[in-house]
Amino acid sequence: MAVPKTLGIETEYGIVHRGVPDPNPISASSLLINAYLSRLADPGTGPGAPRAGWDFIDESPAVDLRGFTPYDAMAPDIETHLVNAVLTNGARYYVDHAHPELSTPECADALSVVLQDRAADLILIESMAAANEFLPEGQELVVYKNNSDGKGNSYGCHENYLMDRATPFARIVQHATTHFVTRQVFTGAGKVGCELPHRDRTYIEFQLTQRADFFEEEVGLETTLKRPIINTRDEPHADPLRYRRLHVIVGDANLCEVATFLKVGTTAIILAMVEDDVLDSTLALADPVRALQAVSWDLSLSEPLTLTNGRTATALEVQWGLLESARGYVGERGTDAVGGPVANDVLERWEQVLAGLESDPSELIGQVDWITKRHVVEGFRDRHGLSAGDLRLAALDLQYHDLRPDRSLFARMGAEALVGPEDAMRATGYPPTDTRAFFRGRCLALWPERVVAANWDSMVFDAGGETLRRVPMMEPSRGTQEHVGTLLETCDSIEELLDRLSA
Amino acid sequence: MAEREQRRRSETPHSTEEVEAASSPASTERSERLKGELDDLLDEIDEVLETNAEEFVKSYIQKGGE
Repeated sequence: MAVPKTLGIETEYGIVHRGVPDPNPISASSLLINAYLSRLADPGTGPGAPRAGWDFIDESPAVDLRGFTPYDAMAPDIETHLVNAVLTNGARYYVDHAHPELSTPECADALSVVLQDRAADLILIESMAAANEFLPEGQELVVYKNNSDGKGNSYGCHENYLMDRATPFARIVQHATTHFVTRQVFTGAGKVGCELPHRDRTYIEFQLTQRADFFEEEVGLETTLKRPIINTRDEPHADPLRYRRLHVIVGDANLCEVATFLKVGTTAIILAMVEDDVLDSTLALADPVRALQAVSWDLSLSEPLTLTNGRTATALEVQWGLLESARGYVGERGTDAVGGPVANDVLERWEQVLAGLESDPSELIGQVDWITKRHVVEGFRDRHGLSAGDLRLAALDLQYHDLRPDRSLFARMGAEALVGPEDAMRATGYPPTDTRAFFRGRCLALWPERVVAANWDSMVFDAGGETLRRVPMMEPSRGTQEHVGTLLETCDSIEELLDRLSA
Repeated sequence: MAEREQRRRSETPHSTEEVEAASSPASTERSERLKGELDDLLDEIDEVLETNAEEFVKSYIQKGGE
């Protein structure tokens, strides 16, 4: 049965250290994040001092407290010596490989994800400003919210969806794949050129997505080579008997808020339908990997995709079919599992965007990234009479994703905002109220010096006793403002909080 | 841009009604407005674009992530 869809996004940002001959992206990422944390810790300039480390980073406070099982261990290849912090909004901000990465706190609906994703961008913008104060004249750190360097190197924007452990994985694979391939028509962030191995950069002039060129398999555990459309990583960060977390690696990072809203909102509904087994196989794709690229390369949105039943359908036709099923599903079962009333807005917007794609994509400038980017890239090309492979067009593509407010091309496109700037700024230091992120973020804000470590499903406190005390948080929908808001407000100390929690 | 959009549409199965829609007064007005806004934007971004596009693109190298 469909479980309420706890959601989140992890974004790896591109980073450039300008003004040095041999830039090191790992140290640049560390500097970026440390500069932000230092700025927060400086009294009077930030919402608090969230210097708590991620649960595995600090020297083991006490083995018996950590009590790791295979389920709450983090991925084994995580580089634990690198900076890795938890913020008062419940997010995790760290260096992953050679990129700064920000994982949003757990959210209960798609609009909350949009708010936290916008807050994440603001945190990166503030980090650049803070880091550049440390750097000598002539040097600068610049952050890009994209997924490719145009030379065959890709980095991800991953989505996470809480699912019922009982749902057969093969069923998830079939229907999620259909959605991931065809949702590209509104999730694509757009890309100048082609990065398929053994193809010239100019093989494709412009395509819908940043990521499609990098996928080679239908299902698998890899995320860095032979990337699969469906990733099988199994770390629920929650009760492993009840839940799985679907870790989605196939999407692009979006600048357009409408695109982010639809990316997670539609996927949450599709996955709930999979759990409740209401989808049939009429839209199953015969060759998903080829279809992923075919959809990304088809600006006319008219490429027929072969289905397993021998018929063909365009990506748009598949999306109309999924939308119709989703309307029926929500009409019958309600919105409890898919984000509450926000799910109705998802359905409405989903229909509007599909209609726009079908009739006149230029209506969606400022809502869908690939259309927005294409508008400015082709306008520039035509004004200056440039040929398809001109590097000035590739430069424009990169600069669309530049997060510096005075340099970002996206920021000048007048995109539609779904969340207000004040709300987004507040969300850089305040957690969603309707998931366990509330407990994590507020504890960090209220007792920063007493939080020894935190991760998704537990927190470790120093309550002054002989041993540290670990609070498990295995249920993502508990620890909300409704559950613990009054408790947090009325406790004068961490000792009192822990006593009352265990009472 | 407008011309290319129409040509693209004419390749889709629903070409007849869409080309008609594209030439309706409201749609022409909208495409004129879009073009005007784009011109303004292109004027504006000339000042913030990377000065040496070729160098910028070539030096933008990232390590794979994830």
